[in-house]
Amino acid sequence: MSPFLPFEVIAAFRFLVEGRRQSLLTIIGAAVGVSVVIFMASLLAGVQANIFNRVLSTQAHIVISPPEEEALPVRKHEADLDIALVQKPAQRLRSIDQWQAIVANLRKRPNVTAVSPTVAGAAFAVLGDVANPVTLTGIEPAGFFRIIDLKEKIVSGTADLTPEGILVGTKLAADLGLTVGEKLRVRTNKSADSGGDQTFVVDGIFDLGNRDANERSTYVPLRAAQSLLGLSGGITTLSVNLDDPYTAETVAEDLRNSLDVNAESWIKTFEQVFTALRTQSTANYTIQFFVGVAVALGISSVLVVSVVQRSREIGILRAMGASRGRIRRVFLTQGATIGLVGSIAGSLLGIGFIVLWRLFARNPDGTEFFPITLQPMLFLRTGLIATMTGVLTALLPAQSAARLNPVDAIRG
Amino acid sequence: MAERNGPVLKLEGVRKSFNIGTPAETEVLHGIDLVLERGEFCALIGPSGSGKSTLLNIIGLLDRPTSGRLLIEGKDTQGLDDAAQTRLRGHSIGFVFQYHHLISAFSAAENVMMPLLLDRGFPNAAMRTRAEDLLSEVGLEKWKNNPASHMSGGQQQRVAIARALAMKPALILADEPTGNLDTKSADDVFAMMRRVNVEQGTTFLIVTHNMELAAQTDRIIEIVDGRLRESHGAA
Ligand SMILES: Nc1ncnc2c1ncn2[C@@H]1O[C@H](COP(=O)(O)OP(=O)(O)O)[C@@H](O)[C@H]1O
Ligand SMILES: [Mg+2]
Repeated sequence: MSPFLPFEVIAAFRFLVEGRRQSLLTIIGAAVGVSVVIFMASLLAGVQANIFNRVLSTQAHIVISPPEEEALPVRKHEADLDIALVQKPAQRLRSIDQWQAIVANLRKRPNVTAVSPTVAGAAFAVLGDVANPVTLTGIEPAGFFRIIDLKEKIVSGTADLTPEGILVGTKLAADLGLTVGEKLRVRTNKSADSGGDQTFVVDGIFDLGNRDANERSTYVPLRAAQSLLGLSGGITTLSVNLDDPYTAETVAEDLRNSLDVNAESWIKTFEQVFTALRTQSTANYTIQFFVGVAVALGISSVLVVSVVQRSREIGILRAMGASRGRIRRVFLTQGATIGLVGSIAGSLLGIGFIVLWRLFARNPDGTEFFPITLQPMLFLRTGLIATMTGVLTALLPAQSAARLNPVDAIRG
Repeated sequence: MAERNGPVLKLEGVRKSFNIGTPAETEVLHGIDLVLERGEFCALIGPSGSGKSTLLNIIGLLDRPTSGRLLIEGKDTQGLDDAAQTRLRGHSIGFVFQYHHLISAFSAAENVMMPLLLDRGFPNAAMRTRAEDLLSEVGLEKWKNNPASHMSGGQQQRVAIARALAMKPALILADEPTGNLDTKSADDVFAMMRRVNVEQGTTFLIVTHNMELAAQTDRIIEIVDGRLRESHGAA
C-alpha cells in the first residue's frame, strides 16, 4: 500500500482489480464512447476547417465597393405618391471615391493584415470566332496574392503577371484550347480606340476548385484592366484581410458606418455555409451527449451491482470504523477511475481511428480528403468530461453504499 | 473522555423492537441490564432467535436500542450521531464475525491493518509492522501476504481476531466465532482469544453454542426470550 494514497483510493483500486472483468468491460465502454466523441469532433473540426480554408483561400475577408447609388422615387404627380415607384438604378461600373485615402486609413488599423485594390468588370475572352463572357479582374499581384494565394492554385505556368500577361482558369483554358504562352484577346464594351480591346499572353492557368470560377475568372495587371474597363486611375473593389477572419462582420459594420462605402464580410457572403456548419455542430453535440449518457448508464449500472455484491464487506468496514463518507468516496473514486482510465484508453483509440482515417480515407489520387489535426484541448476537455461523468454517475450507488445499514449488510 | 477504571460496558434497561409501527412490530430485547468489567472473559449463550446477535449489534453500536441506556467505557452513547458512533466503535470495539470476516481484495496483513487505516486515512510503515506483529501473535506470520480469500476458515478467523486487536480496543465482540470451524480450529481460536484476554486484559463477549467452550469462560450470560439469566463459568 502506497503511503501517499488514502484508504479510499486504495480500496477503490483493489475493488476494481478484484472485479476486473466488470471493470474492464465498463472501461472499454467508456473508452469506446470517448474515442467516438474524439474521432467525430476531430473529423468535424477537420471538415469545417477545410471548408473555411477553401472559402477563405478564394475570398477576401471583407470586400469594399462603392456605396449603392440612391434610388430616387419617380414622382409624376403628387397624387401618385402612394404608388410611387422606387427602383434601383442599374449599377454602372463606378470607382470608389478617394480610394487611396481609404487604403491609407485601412492600413493604419492593427487588425488589418492586407489591403488590395482591384478593378473588376465584364469582358469577353475572344479566340478566333469564339467569345466567352468573363469577369476581368485587374490586380496588383504582390498585394492581391496576400489575400488570395493564386500562386498555390496555378496548375501550369506562373502567377507572376507580366504587364501584358493574363491568368485564366482551367475551364476557360479548356474551352478555348489555351495553353501557357498563347495569346488571348480581351474585349469590353469600350471601343477599341479607347482601349476596349487588348491582347494578352497567358502567363498561368489556375484551378480555384470551383467550376464556375475556373470558367469566368481572369486576372490581368491593374493598369490593363483599368484601361479596358474605362476606369483609369479608379478601382471598383478593395479586398481586405484581417488577423481574425471571424471578426469580419463587426469590422465590416464599422467600415460601413465610418467610411461611406459598401463593405461585405465573407461571413455575410457565406451565411448559408455558416448556418449549415452550425447545424452540423449541433447534430454532433447531440450525438456526443447521447454517447455520454450511454457511457454514464454503463458505469452506473456496474457500480450499482458492485455495491450490492460488496454490501457485506461494506458492513464489515463500517463495523471497523469506516465512516459513511469514506464508503461514499470509495465508490466515487471507482467511478472517477473508470472515467479517467476510459478517457485515456479512449484518447489512444481515438488517435488510432484518426491515424487509420488518414491512411485509408483518401482521394483516388492518394491525397487526403482534408487534414485532420489532433487538438490537445479536445482531448483534455473530453477526458475531463468523462471523469466528471464517472463521478456523477457514481453518486447514486455511492450514496446507497454509504446508507447501508451495517447490521443488515453483515447479516445479509 | 473514556474512564479508564469504570466498567467497559454498562447496559441499563435496553429494549429493542423491530418493525416499529407496523402490525409486525415485535420486541426482541425486554429490558437488558448488564455490566462488563475490564478484563472479563464472558460467554453469551441462548437458543437460536433469543436475541444474542441483536444484543451484540447494539453493544457494538451497529444498531440502536429502542430505549434504555448504553455506556461504553463510561461514555453515554445516546445522542451520538453516526460519525461519533463510528469513531467510538472504531476505537473501543473489535468485532469477530462468524462468516465473511475478511475483505477479500486485501492480503491478510492488510486486513489486520484495516482498522488503523480507517482511523488514520493513510497507510504507514508502523501500521504494517503492527499488523505483522499481530499476525505472528496468532501464528500466521508466514501468511501475511496471502490474499484473505485463499486461507482456511480457521486461519481467516485468526486473522479476524488479529484485526479486532489492531486498535487495542477495550472490548471485543465475537458472534459465534467458532460456529463455522471444525473442533480443532475452534479450540485454537478460542485459546487464542483467551490468551489475548489474559495477556492484554481485553474484555471479551463471545456468543457461542458450544457449551464446552462456554464452560471455559469466567462468566456465562444466558439470554432466553430476550431476558438475561446469569450463571457462573468454571474458572
Ligand atoms: N432486522 C430485523 N427485523 C426484524 N426482526 C429481526 C431483525 N433482526 C432480528 N430479528 C428477530 O429478532 C429475534 C432475535 O434475532 P437474533 O438476535 O438474530 O437471534 P440470535 O442471534 O440469538 O439467534 C429473531 O426472532 C429475529 O427474527
Ligand atoms: Mg445470531
